[in-house]
Amino acid sequence: MDLSVNIAGLKLKNPIIAASGTFGFGREFSEFFDLNLMGGISVKGLTLNPRKGNAPPRIAETPAGILNSVGLQNPGVHAFIRDEIPFLRRFDTAIIANIAGNTVDDYCRIAEILSDADIDAIELNVSCPNVKEGCLMFGSTAEGISKVTAAVRRVCKKTLIVKLSPNVTDITEMAKAAEDSGADSVSLINTLLGMAIDINTKKPILGNVMGGLSGPAVKPVAVRMVYQVSKTVKIPVIGMGGISGAEDAVEFLLAGASAVMIGTAGFVNPYVWVETVEGLKRYMERHGFEKVTELTGALLD
Amino acid sequence: MNFDVVIEKTEKLAENIYFLRLRSERISAEAVPGQFVNIKCHDGLDAFLRRPISIMRANPAEKTFDIVYMVRGKGTRILSCLECGDTADCVGPLGRGFTLPEKGERICVIGGGIGVFPLLFLLERSKDVHKTAFLGFRTRDMIVLQKDFEKVSDRLVISTDDGSFGHKGLITNPFIEYLQTEKPDRVYTCGPLPMMKAVAEACIERNIFCEVSMEQRMGCGIGACLVCVCKVRHNDDFGYERICRDGPVFSAEKIIF
Ligand SMILES: Cc1cc2nc3c(=O)[nH]c(=O)nc-3n(C[C@H](O)[C@H](O)[C@H](O)COP(=O)(O)OP(=O)(O)OC[C@H]3O[C@@H](n4cnc5c(N)ncnc54)[C@H](O)[C@@H]3O)c2cc1C
Ligand SMILES: Cc1cc2nc3c(=O)[nH]c(=O)nc-3n(C[C@H](O)[C@H](O)[C@H](O)COP(=O)(O)O)c2cc1C
Ligand code: FES
Repeated sequence: MDLSVNIAGLKLKNPIIAASGTFGFGREFSEFFDLNLMGGISVKGLTLNPRKGNAPPRIAETPAGILNSVGLQNPGVHAFIRDEIPFLRRFDTAIIANIAGNTVDDYCRIAEILSDADIDAIELNVSCPNVKEGCLMFGSTAEGISKVTAAVRRVCKKTLIVKLSPNVTDITEMAKAAEDSGADSVSLINTLLGMAIDINTKKPILGNVMGGLSGPAVKPVAVRMVYQVSKTVKIPVIGMGGISGAEDAVEFLLAGASAVMIGTAGFVNPYVWVETVEGLKRYMERHGFEKVTELTGALLD
Repeated sequence: MNFDVVIEKTEKLAENIYFLRLRSERISAEAVPGQFVNIKCHDGLDAFLRRPISIMRANPAEKTFDIVYMVRGKGTRILSCLECGDTADCVGPLGRGFTLPEKGERICVIGGGIGVFPLLFLLERSKDVHKTAFLGFRTRDMIVLQKDFEKVSDRLVISTDDGSFGHKGLITNPFIEYLQTEKPDRVYTCGPLPMMKAVAEACIERNIFCEVSMEQRMGCGIGACLVCVCKVRHNDDFGYERICRDGPVFSAEKIIF
């Protein structure tokens, strides 16, 4: 059985990837299972300089989901290269550097620095709902996405994935803009902007008032968007949003994804990534698939 | 790290306060005071995140550990339906615990409400030291584990907000009074933020070693997602550190309350 996929040059031994921001730089989860079993890891969103992030509380539990407002707390791209890549390279798994910036220049600088680093792909986060400047500002219009993607493309020597926000009117326009500006792949969805209120204190639960919704609650929206986007663009699509196991992963693959990312589910089940790989194999066996690539877009509609 | 543990004993200690004795060889052997476990309440999607609960006692010889929790919302309500023989899915022991005292030292613990539980574990594991415990509760009916605390402390001071038992008012009052005449070597505190802040300030002022155990809403519970942070001093600046991994126990001087 062949589980390997090739996403515009990014080779993965299997299509199961850790979603950015939920897996740190892999150290913590490596205490639970062998990271060699994963297709890849999208690391915590990196900025040029270290970022402190938002004031707590940064999480609120909602029906079948969570809202988070971390706000890109990270040690900066240089510390990532110095302290984290050597650890991650001890494992045979793809390293995807998720990056964010306030300006087009920021994105380019980070992409330039990372192009000379030992990583496998760059995931352009233009969809973080938790920071005031940049990021989602670029990701919420086709012009913004074109501008930042085209600029980064010129300096980026790695596979370039653009991560899309669901907080837009028509996500296919955003995906098209990314493709036309040189993206090798798009990943979706980032979190949906949401809010939760503590009715006893009459205050928002999150320190930052609003936050991004993830987890099982967002899955149908994510599947729909992956379906629409994969019908619109020719570049490979990486799907995510609420995946908690192989059945969910298969849904995304059938809808058109070439690989999937899993995040929130790992908070409850720290083995979700490896269990999904195993479950995927069982599904393929049962349904007579030899190669996982045959599943992509195999939806009968 | 992730275990199915069997429930050996359950007991309702007070209204909405439950005791659980759980069997796990690894957790009971490895747990140190101040650490917690992250418990899955059930398999459903409502209240699906794990709940962090402090380890109140560990007995490696019996392969068991104890926790006590208060029913607050959906998750803990579901937990309270667990019965003997059921299994619970626990990740742990997690976090950085208290610095244990050295022989011959005098220590003080100040706990409030559900914050008293990890302090019992600390007192039990602190051998050959002089121990004073200050515990604050809302009312007489909320006082739990008084006998257990009496057994492991040389002096036990209890207060209730309404004066229905012990001192009336905040537990920080008798503690600050105590500091007029005594200088403990180490002070440990866990409970509501205003209480811990007052204890921390009193200790810092007098140059007394003090550790605080922080609480915050958690996601992963293991240090990967950065949602459970508290504000700490970083030289002249501030930063956010993870309560689940860098804590929950921090040096009092480090915390920006
Ligand atoms: C390190 C640590 C140790 C703890 N030890 C104990 C203990 O020994 N005994 C005990 O009774 N309680 C303890 N708590 C608090 C306990 O975790 C919460 O009361 C519990 O999570 C509430 O869940 P719920 O479903 O009842 O409430 P809900 O309000 O339904 O919970 C909603 C969400 O908010 C989170 N949450 C709500 N209140 C808190 C809180 N105070 N702290 C952290 N997360 C919260 C929940 O975990 C959940 O994710 C501890 C908390 C931490 C961080
Ligand atoms: C705590 C947390 C932090 C996140 N941080 C990032 C981030 O730094 N960069 C990013 O592109 N996405 C980030 N995300 C979004 C996830 O990568 C993912 O798109 C989203 O959570 C949906 O997947 P899930 O439902 O499997 O978690 C974060 C999500 C969570 C829950
Ligand atoms: S809860 Fe994820 S880092 Fe603490």
